[in-house]
Amino acid sequence: MSIKSIDPRITREKLPEENDITPLKEIHHWQTYEVFHQAKTGDHHIHVGSLHAPNSEMALILAKEQYARRYSCINLWVVKTSDICRTTNDEEEIFGTTPDKIYREAGGYKVMDRINKFKQK
Amino acid sequence: MKHNTEQITAIKDLIFRMADDQLILGHRNSEWTGLGPILEEDIAFSSMAQDKLGHSQALFQILSRMGETDPDSLAFGRKENKMKCCHLVEYPIGEYDFSLMRHFLFDESEALRFDMLRNSSFEDLSHIAWKFRGELKYHTMHAEVWIKQLSNGNDESRVRMQNALNECYPLALGLFEPSDFEDILIESDVFPGEKVLQEKWYERVSMILSKTDLIIPEVTDPAIAYGGRRGIHTEYLKPLLDEMTEVYNIDPSAEW
Repeated sequence: MSIKSIDPRITREKLPEENDITPLKEIHHWQTYEVFHQAKTGDHHIHVGSLHAPNSEMALILAKEQYARRYSCINLWVVKTSDICRTTNDEEEIFGTTPDKIYREAGGYKVMDRINKFKQK
Repeated sequence: MKHNTEQITAIKDLIFRMADDQLILGHRNSEWTGLGPILEEDIAFSSMAQDKLGHSQALFQILSRMGETDPDSLAFGRKENKMKCCHLVEYPIGEYDFSLMRHFLFDESEALRFDMLRNSSFEDLSHIAWKFRGELKYHTMHAEVWIKQLSNGNDESRVRMQNALNECYPLALGLFEPSDFEDILIESDVFPGEKVLQEKWYERVSMILSKTDLIIPEVTDPAIAYGGRRGIHTEYLKPLLDEMTEVYNIDPSAEW
């Protein structure tokens, strides 16, 4: 008996009902690439997601349809996920002091007040 | 430019050929949706199939404005012998190697055809030739990267791509089956003709394939896949049309 599906493409293939498809081994999976897209000239490239590809050329071709079909885009970057250096989770503490020291934030200087005052003069 | 009745007939024939190729190949390629080799490629290939349907729709709209019936009836309401698509686009999707090779050979010709139409004296055609150039450029980029990738892969992929080329190439020559209107189209600056297009296509395709180990097969009879442009089709078109128009035919007057 072959598989009967509501999808005519499946029925047409006359696939046996029982089949022994073996799942891919880890080594057969393609590597992942991170995709960055630039919406217009002068904008920063922004990380939009990742995808599987065997090399960077293929990654660019596939990224175009995954991430640039429905949004405005003028340029794409792809970077091998494994090429990205990152801080580890237990290093997270090094960022811990930041929220306490509000004077480090540009907003802390209240420059806008002075600029506005100057403009009014 | 104003075209006379004879020229209008020739232009309509050209547009029907192009629209039917895009419609049928768009439908064929959409059969891969959900079954593609990997998710990313499934999405890309399906998107391009959708683009093709969009191109055929734009062409049917032009025909409508030229006095033919509405685009839906043109796409879904014609019998097999009124269709003008070439045999290449009618073949079942086969394995992915066949579908990729067909996509490569077809889209290279389509991109060049639209390139040539950008200077057409028939403004509706030159307009969409400009409009679709980005999509067509992506289609050929996609095809070329895959062809290069698989043809320079391992022995299995190389052999499969060569077999796909051997199968597709003679069929692809049917794309350029000359019509009865070639001279009229050329003289009125609508389209430089199938012969010129075929030469450009051969040049382009051999240039891409020269970066691989694939060999273009010798074709003894270049007219082996002719007939499609005159309504003579392969056994594969009828079942495709039946499936594609199944819902439409339940009630052709339904509003969507």
